[in-house]
Amino acid sequence: MSTSSFGASPKRKEDRDLLMGRGRFVDDIVLPGMYAAAFVRSPLAHARIKSIDASAALARPGVHAVLTYQDLPATLRERRMPLFVPHPTLTPRMQYALVKEEACYVGEAVAVVVADDRYIAEDALPLVEIEYESLPAVSDCKLGASPASPRAHLDLESNVVSRMISSVGDIVAAFRDVKHVFREEIFQHRGGAFFMECRGAIASYDAAEGSLLLYVSSQGPHRIKRGLLDLYDLSDTQLRVVTPDVGGGFGPKGSLYAEYPVVAACSMKLGRPVKWIEDRRENFVATHQERDQYWDMEIAVDDEARIRGLRGTLTHDNGAYTPWGIVLPWISVATVPGPYVLPAYHVELRSVLTNKVMATPVRGAGRPEGVVVMERLMDRIAREFNLDAAEVRRRNFIQPSQMPYNVGVIFRDGRPVVYDSGDYPACQDAALKAIGYADFRQRQAEARRQSRYIGIGIGNAVEGTGLGPYEGAAVKVATNGRITVSTGATPQGQSHKTTLAQIAADQFGVSIDAIQVETGDTAKISQGIGTFAARTAVNAGSSVHVASVKVAEKAKAIAAKLLDVRAEDLELRDGYVQLAALPEGAGVASDNARQIRKSLAELAVVAAGMPGFAMQDGAEPGLESIAYFTATQSTYANGTAAAEVEVDIETGRVTILRLVLAHDCGRLINPMVVDGQVMGGVAHAIGNALYERMIYDDQAQPLSTNFGEYLLPLAPDVPRIEIIHLETPSPLNPLGIKGAGESGTIPTIAPIIAAVEDALSPFGVKISEAPITPQRIVELLGDAALGRTR
Amino acid sequence: MTDTRSIVVVVNGKRYERAVDTRQTLADFLRLDLGLTGTHLGCEHGVCGACTVRLDGAAVRSCLMLAVQAHEKTVQTVEGLAGNDELSPLQQAFHDKHALQCGFCTSGILMTMTEFLEENPSPTEAEVRAALSGNICRCTGYQNIVEAVLATAVALRDKRNAAL
Repeated sequence: MSTSSFGASPKRKEDRDLLMGRGRFVDDIVLPGMYAAAFVRSPLAHARIKSIDASAALARPGVHAVLTYQDLPATLRERRMPLFVPHPTLTPRMQYALVKEEACYVGEAVAVVVADDRYIAEDALPLVEIEYESLPAVSDCKLGASPASPRAHLDLESNVVSRMISSVGDIVAAFRDVKHVFREEIFQHRGGAFFMECRGAIASYDAAEGSLLLYVSSQGPHRIKRGLLDLYDLSDTQLRVVTPDVGGGFGPKGSLYAEYPVVAACSMKLGRPVKWIEDRRENFVATHQERDQYWDMEIAVDDEARIRGLRGTLTHDNGAYTPWGIVLPWISVATVPGPYVLPAYHVELRSVLTNKVMATPVRGAGRPEGVVVMERLMDRIAREFNLDAAEVRRRNFIQPSQMPYNVGVIFRDGRPVVYDSGDYPACQDAALKAIGYADFRQRQAEARRQSRYIGIGIGNAVEGTGLGPYEGAAVKVATNGRITVSTGATPQGQSHKTTLAQIAADQFGVSIDAIQVETGDTAKISQGIGTFAARTAVNAGSSVHVASVKVAEKAKAIAAKLLDVRAEDLELRDGYVQLAALPEGAGVASDNARQIRKSLAELAVVAAGMPGFAMQDGAEPGLESIAYFTATQSTYANGTAAAEVEVDIETGRVTILRLVLAHDCGRLINPMVVDGQVMGGVAHAIGNALYERMIYDDQAQPLSTNFGEYLLPLAPDVPRIEIIHLETPSPLNPLGIKGAGESGTIPTIAPIIAAVEDALSPFGVKISEAPITPQRIVELLGDAALGRTR
Repeated sequence: MTDTRSIVVVVNGKRYERAVDTRQTLADFLRLDLGLTGTHLGCEHGVCGACTVRLDGAAVRSCLMLAVQAHEKTVQTVEGLAGNDELSPLQQAFHDKHALQCGFCTSGILMTMTEFLEENPSPTEAEVRAALSGNICRCTGYQNIVEAVLATAVALRDKRNAAL
């Protein structure tokens, strides 16, 4: 076994069970005596609760409990859901686990019913009689920011809960005496993650031990545990949170939701395991979403179309509570500068409470929005100067020779954005060459002669990946020789059990089948953060590498003593530590040389020590090591997406003819997995560009609450995605890795919008919104859309 | 309160006789009563396709059917695709082509595409994508799924030709 695993594309260890229907998602778990919970949710976006009468519900056979706020354990009545990301500019607003008096979004949990099964629990929901007093609701965040607006919560002085300025350089000087200033108002509509597996949790409280086991479909059980320890005064070992297989996460499964401590309270009260599985209608109203964002931006450029400064405001729809502080819009603001030289930048961010479910990171986590803003501005400059869109970008790129490049904006990790590495001009060139950009105008002219409207668009993005503080790995060789890697990384499809095995396999000289990767269990590693924000390869990958190197060194040290050779002459291979090469002039047949070896099992037994004997040289027992690789800062990946589309001007239908992504995420652990992540990410971008709108009315009533009304991209909607890899290794971690999980999404919304606008340029259509829907295209076309076939 | 009926149904070649609530869905019957949790619930309103099973050979949304409607019928679920623990050609192609990531939509897609390939032995890519339009995947962007289906069509044709 001499081939390296890193950089290869071995097929996934995860597949067999999933393909055979042997996956273990939360709803597949059945515990003895388990009950089912269902939540009563507010049907109004803003309402005072005047009374609750659960007697009819409790009377229904098979119903075992109905809990309202008043029935919660004392700590849940006294403590609101914890906020993990405070900020000096933020006036936080967090909810109680069940509504105390004032419901603030449609879907907010008011009561929970526990019954023999979900059917009976749902029968009982309408039997819980609740008297609501309807209150005025805030639906639009721009209107909500005005002092005259109703308050999203009655006791608020203002719905604006954060005002944050991001400022770089001298913005006043940048706009002084400048001839070319262009303004764009860009609106990006609410949407959501809509993973295929809805949320769910099973709480099992053991009264004898006072211990709680929580299964939860999450992106990181350690943070869920941390939140629950804030709410329940359990000791560290009395709470175990386990995340089994997860059917997609994309961000919102990383939050601590009110349902989890409530389900725990039910189990504590009834002495039985209690399962709650969100159904899709609940998912539309109670799982966190992303956006709206209103941007009002002005860009100042010199006579050569080079940017002098960029300023403006972002008004962000936060939803009803602040579980993620201002992280999401902050990421958007920090992403706007992109790969361009931006001498001065000034954005005021206003985060506004509305009576909708909370806005928290969804794949891309605010970065795609920032890219849409900058790329729309670049296209505007191109139009105003009558310059090619690619040329405008070329004139403004940060050059590779300028790396590392300090953008100046402070990122959510508290540090300035410093691009560590990347070649932005080469990346754009690669994408444009692949899509045949040079010939496009000719193709477009020919198409127009046939009354076909095609267009092309470009999107460039720089993305912070590998966010800290860490993701650990505990690597251990058991006394029977089996190798295990335990990590707080928590996959929802990202193939960690394969990719992290690849990294360990290289240090042990084995195939990935010999490495077992354990994820998502607070009992299996002490500290963890979770899988989101394209951070796992960098953090967990580095930790697996560091810990595996240490274990290999320990194994060699023990073997060297036992074999009476030098550790440097040894290697690990196929479960043994053996001489890497024959000793000089040894005259020993190669078979015998291989007998000069020790199995990992033997070495692990030695490392475990023997009663009565001291550990050799005071060594720590165990053939194991835990590493928590800590990134000093985010490492910056980059990409250029180019899209060619055709627009039917009668129906507004957009067909994506070609989609190219040139992408640099440093060194690839498993190219097949990276490509899969990129393609999946592109599909999210297509959804955000053309299809996905979570619609609310002016009383913040959600109107699109099923997949017939909220459209996700289907197979005919996603074209073949052409991916070009560039590889600028990261200088910030031992393996040279950058994150890739969101790379397909972040640069890709902007070029689709731009391509639609480009296709419709004969009609003077300008697009400053995402998504752009057929109805809206027809509306913008006006009379030009009518009567083409008559 | 609730009405129960006795049903007889053959699932993955095995005969079951059970008393079921008349309002219980076929999906819940398979998952809860028979413990066949490979069939997944993604929307329970008939759009996402995660719950797809084959009823007398036809791909159907088990979330929109009642268990009693399966009385005296045969059902095949994802657990019935592999023979003797060996992956079916389509399952193998999914593995080879990295056509699954989280795996939640996969069982429904396998059932839909198994029927599709039986009826369309030489599909074009456009036909495959159209046939997939009743199954939502949020992870893969569909491309590797399409590759896997096309590769399976080729593999099955080669096998048939070799047998001739």
